[in-house]
Amino acid sequence: MIFEQTQAFETRRPLSLPGQLMRTLHLDPPLLLALVTLCAIGLFVLYSALGQNSDLVIGQGMRIGVAFAAMLILAQVPPSTLRSWAPWLFLAGLGLLMAVLFFGATGKGAQRWLDLRFIRFQPSEIMKLAVPMLAAWYLHDRALPPAFHHVVLILLAVFAPAALIAVQPDLGTAVLVVCAGMLVLLLAGLRLRYMLAAVVLTIAAAPVMWHFMLDYQRRRVLTFLNPENDPLGAGYNIIQSKIAIGSGGVFGKGWLNGTQAHLEFLPERATDFIFAVIGEEFGLLGLLALLALYLIIVGRGLYIAANAQDTFSRLLAGSISLTFFIYVIVNAGMVSGLLPVVGVPLPLVSFGGTSMVTLMGGFGILMSIHTRRKLLPT
Amino acid sequence: MAPGIRFKDPWGEQRLFFGRLLAAIIIVLLLVGILVARLVHLQVINHVHFADLSQDNRIRIEPVPPTRGLIYDRNGIVLAENLPAYRLEMIPEQVEDMPATLQALAQLNLIDADEIDRTLALARRQRRFEPVTLNFRMDDEQVATFAVRRQHFPGVDIRARLRRHYPFAGATAHTIGYVGGLSAQDLERLDRANYAGTAQVGKVGVERAYEDLLHGRVGYRQVVVNARGRALQYLEVSDDAAPSANGVAPGNPRRAGRAPVPGQDIVLGLDIRLQLAAQEAMQGWRGAVVAIDPNSGDILAMISTPAFDPNRFSEGLSRRDYQALLNDPDNPLFDRALRGTYPPGSTIKPQMALAFLHHNIVRPGDRRFCPGHFRLPGSSHRFRDWRPQGHGNVDLIEAMAQSCDVYFYANGNELGIDRMHEFMTAIGLGQVTGVDILGERPGLVPSREWKRGAFRRREDQAWFPGETVIAAIGQGYMNSTALQLAHSTAILAARGARMQPRLVVASTDPLNGALLEIERTKISRLELRDEHHWDVIRDSMVAVTRGQRGTARNSMQGTSYVVAGKTGTAQVFTIGQDEVYDEDVIDERLRDHALFVAFAPADAPEISIAVIVENGSSGARVAAPIARRIMDRYFEDREL
Repeated sequence: MIFEQTQAFETRRPLSLPGQLMRTLHLDPPLLLALVTLCAIGLFVLYSALGQNSDLVIGQGMRIGVAFAAMLILAQVPPSTLRSWAPWLFLAGLGLLMAVLFFGATGKGAQRWLDLRFIRFQPSEIMKLAVPMLAAWYLHDRALPPAFHHVVLILLAVFAPAALIAVQPDLGTAVLVVCAGMLVLLLAGLRLRYMLAAVVLTIAAAPVMWHFMLDYQRRRVLTFLNPENDPLGAGYNIIQSKIAIGSGGVFGKGWLNGTQAHLEFLPERATDFIFAVIGEEFGLLGLLALLALYLIIVGRGLYIAANAQDTFSRLLAGSISLTFFIYVIVNAGMVSGLLPVVGVPLPLVSFGGTSMVTLMGGFGILMSIHTRRKLLPT
Repeated sequence: MAPGIRFKDPWGEQRLFFGRLLAAIIIVLLLVGILVARLVHLQVINHVHFADLSQDNRIRIEPVPPTRGLIYDRNGIVLAENLPAYRLEMIPEQVEDMPATLQALAQLNLIDADEIDRTLALARRQRRFEPVTLNFRMDDEQVATFAVRRQHFPGVDIRARLRRHYPFAGATAHTIGYVGGLSAQDLERLDRANYAGTAQVGKVGVERAYEDLLHGRVGYRQVVVNARGRALQYLEVSDDAAPSANGVAPGNPRRAGRAPVPGQDIVLGLDIRLQLAAQEAMQGWRGAVVAIDPNSGDILAMISTPAFDPNRFSEGLSRRDYQALLNDPDNPLFDRALRGTYPPGSTIKPQMALAFLHHNIVRPGDRRFCPGHFRLPGSSHRFRDWRPQGHGNVDLIEAMAQSCDVYFYANGNELGIDRMHEFMTAIGLGQVTGVDILGERPGLVPSREWKRGAFRRREDQAWFPGETVIAAIGQGYMNSTALQLAHSTAILAARGARMQPRLVVASTDPLNGALLEIERTKISRLELRDEHHWDVIRDSMVAVTRGQRGTARNSMQGTSYVVAGKTGTAQVFTIGQDEVYDEDVIDERLRDHALFVAFAPADAPEISIAVIVENGSSGARVAAPIARRIMDRYFEDREL
């Protein structure tokens, strides 16, 4: 019976040559297509944002190449293998973070990086994948929704590396690591009452946290609440990026014609604020198209999660896809003045390669999960 | 909710997951909805408002680099200054055919034809409306040549900028160092924001070590720009935005512009007259001279020869010229004073004799017979004295004056390597002195422990008695830098006061011009069993220059001041047991190094000096006269 079905499946979809290649390399064509399109658009926009400096754009192209290589490699690793790696990867990452903490003190923080020529790699990047992998591994053969003591253990495993990253100090990455781990818990069916308790606790802790915040952190929050009260100081970035987006209108000023970006009014225009450059040069339509592309990627990721066949794959795929979305919404939110400025790049578009390898590696895992489904009798 | 009693329920869990996934999708869509609403609000509803704001955005913030601090010697003579220089600059977007333009300029001899490729590459890397420097320093003729043809070169123009200049060129090359173009590596270690607009940064020497003081803080000004980003008008920086005393402007730099804070001027302990005398005396030799004031640790002179012209670096050295400097067999870029490690030879005999006295191996009057060689008990190997016929019966003073090796072989053997290592380390050898510029090498005072770590093979790791014997005359594994020798000799001169050597003694506050003295660092005191031993060693060193048979008697004849010195001749090349060293037949590069250390006046020392002449053959004949010329210069205007 099973045999017959399999055969029917094979004969139903005769594969073309590219299709065959995709299958041998364990790639997912829709996801791959969306990612390639996004990266191509990114380079196109960067050329403008970097002041038509082709050397830098070529450098970014090379970084993208390395990131795609990471995706290709991880796509070859079956999810079961990945699962067996999870605890070791986590421990290795934790060890590296400790090492960074230790050496960072003597090396004036310069040793936060491993230099791989095109790409500088931070050990904290490993944790963006290792933390959700560990959480998914831990929950894989436990009854869901997770019992209280399991939740506590996972929270420990999430916050320990996050704390190490936060003291580097790299708050942005720490927050994303926490998000990736928490998403696994939420998807695993964390009970509503725990969630409510967490929300209540956070609200109760807010005044206490305000008390302990450093001056510049408080200023960031205040600036977020009212950027106009410090127009040339801390609110400058937000005001300029709003002007850039708003002046773009529906159709934009056209490629290479964004005055905000080219006259250097817009800070960080090639990195954190590239969303504003797109808004200025390509207008609302450009931004909508970009968001649609991001939604296609996230949607495909969630589709892969929904079709995954074991707990580990499901939780990991869901977490990876949603973390990617968090990147997008936090960046777009901060550039358009909806969220405080937190220094999260626009994924796969912003200049720089640190996070790109991890992101693409995550997509490699998604592809591996999707291309290794077994056909089950229904 | 006790653990372990619930079982996995795959279908239930999947349902649960789908539920959560659905919730996630709803939240994702909701958030995207909010974002899109925000974008519509900005780009459609308020578009006109923002478009007006963008039109009015005409004022850009531009960095204004600070003026680099000057460097003075102890008498207020300028060693590093900023001179106006004319540069030829090109703005790429205004030039139609860059290669042709550059070719034409090269034909007029205004730029270096070999640099065209590099310039084109540079122009591609920068923003098209920012200038690229084509020639860092145009002479008057070039300025005139260009001025009459200016109309043929749209987008190329002459601009006056400040250029770092070192009036004493090679004499200060290694010590003061030089500035050079800011590189990617420099930006890694510097505060990028503070270097916006700065083109050059200290690369070596004082320029590098005191970069923080010399550079100052960047300022900002507001520039009115046209729609293409070209500057139309510079707005004045208001005075109320002047920086506060600590160099940080109140409020935000963008508020009104901010004047740059010039770098601090710094004052060295260096005396340029001595520096020049040293350079002159070392003319034609490879080597190093370091002179220190033993009472303060201030470095009075420090040179390494051959040197190079640091102005070529600040003017922008071409790659070809840089390669030529790198490939020069005399290695002029190498700082021999700080980084050259040489066997100290007999110049450490005073320290060694002090160790003998301190550890009660000998008393000052004790005599030893020198037959011209020394044998370890039970060994046939002969450690030769430099004087084959021997020195006869010598006491400490005579042994020092004549530099008798056997005296030191025998007593060194009794002292043993452990005590030798401890004492030599305590008196400043085998470790960095802690001088205030970078790159110093530690040299080496060998020990059992060092040897265990330094050799791979087990049989090489053991310490042999013969190695102690040759270490006692500063040969074998022992090596040190000129700076260390001067420092160690200064400790002898100051009777145990260990002052950390330093170049910079003061800096000036850029706002009110007040001189800020930099605190001296004293690294404790070397205490002897008997303070009288300092006098014995000093007297023995005076016997070197004044004694009947003193090795430096000839070169120190007729000094108006009393010199306590010690000659040294260090082997570069090992000769066989029965061979004779003949300087004429040995290749120039294999000849012995010539060394001399001294302090003067012997009873109230003001200067301690170390001279190392590579392949100079003889400490007494070559190194000592060099030290004499420098000390003569030091004491020339004094009644002693």
